[in-house]
Amino acid sequence: MDTNGNKYTIIYASVMVVVVAVMLAIAATQLKPFQDANILIEKKQNILKSVNIVADSKQANDLFTNTIKELFIVNSKGERVEGDAFKVDLKVEHSKPVDQRKLPVYVADMGEKGKVYIIPLRGTGLWGPIWGYIALTSDMNTVYGANFDHQGETPGLGAEISTEKFQKPFIGKTIFDQSGLFTSIIVAKIGEKADPAHSVDAISGGTITSKGLQKMLYDDLSTYQEFFKTLKN
Amino acid sequence: MLFSKKNLKLLSVPLSIKNPITVLVLGICSALAVTAQLKPAVVMALSVTIVTAFANMIVSLIRNTIPNRIRIIVQLVVVAALVILVDQVLKAFVYDVSKQLSVFVGLIITNCILMGRLEAFALANKPWPSFLDGIGNGAGYGLILVTIGFFRELLGSGSLWGYKLIPESWYIINGGWYSNNGMMILPPMALIVVGVIIWIQRIKNPELIEN
Repeated sequence: MDTNGNKYTIIYASVMVVVVAVMLAIAATQLKPFQDANILIEKKQNILKSVNIVADSKQANDLFTNTIKELFIVNSKGERVEGDAFKVDLKVEHSKPVDQRKLPVYVADMGEKGKVYIIPLRGTGLWGPIWGYIALTSDMNTVYGANFDHQGETPGLGAEISTEKFQKPFIGKTIFDQSGLFTSIIVAKIGEKADPAHSVDAISGGTITSKGLQKMLYDDLSTYQEFFKTLKN
Repeated sequence: MLFSKKNLKLLSVPLSIKNPITVLVLGICSALAVTAQLKPAVVMALSVTIVTAFANMIVSLIRNTIPNRIRIIVQLVVVAALVILVDQVLKAFVYDVSKQLSVFVGLIITNCILMGRLEAFALANKPWPSFLDGIGNGAGYGLILVTIGFFRELLGSGSLWGYKLIPESWYIINGGWYSNNGMMILPPMALIVVGVIIWIQRIKNPELIEN
């Protein structure tokens, strides 16, 4: 058969595309429920990790219900809003103006250490979205723990934000200065002047991811300021 | 006959005198991107080996039906479909592994070694030798990747596989005399390390030196 004719080439290309498309479509739809379940469990694991609990995928569900005692949504004025906090999609919320956003809060009961408030975050790294959870003790100032993750930052450089080495230094930092002014947490390069109480070390070679993370912390935490005030009083 | 002398050569030659990175100079882009640490280098090497082997085999199986004018597109579709399929399955059943691979998936599809081997070998050879050729070239690529990753992580971060090797007390900040070489973390140093490897290889194999 002439494999170089126009007719053959066109038919070959069409058949190939259809076969591959059908194959991938079937695979995607059949595997979707499993993938969604994994994503939910991962979200729970990430939230737990921000209060320094490491859960494997099997324990995550139980540990989550035992630890996270309360979840609710507030608005930028600090008032409670109806809705399921776990289902809030930050990507959608970030496209709305600040005063219409739903801001989820997870409250973890850490036993003797009291209540810890977990705030979800979402921002932009170098190649794509980055996200995370930051947990604050009940003074709404001191960081109890933090967890960050990313979609496709460069391995060994920006991707280091998801390692413990980067996340651990956040513990004990404060997001307000002594006069009560909101400072957030600065991700500082070596040599950059920053108050050690409000800053952590950036990643060498991962400047854009580091700065994106700093912006994410500032932008998202600042929308919660009114809520923090209502808790402080 | 499966492992005849000729077939075994397909596995060993890419490790030395026909190495895809140092001799054919393919796959340089990912060799620079993922070698700041040892672990991603190993993950990338394994992924590329698996995908090259199977893509080679599939293209070889259908080689007599492929219309010559659209052969590159056909090869690309085979590779892309294979990688996406593997990624979907990993996402559903071994989510942790798939997270590790996330960024590599795109890098695998665009890896020049894959297209190079499909075009140069699989289109003209039977499936089994093609499969071996894929494994061999993946391993040759991996060998160089791991070597670069080893030196970059050791000299750039003072660690290997994430474990600190240089004692903290050696560092200048802690009153010592040692400092990590920050240049090693940046991609240009990977290129220089590749250059050094090519240099050493050519000293050892004078037949590789062009006139």
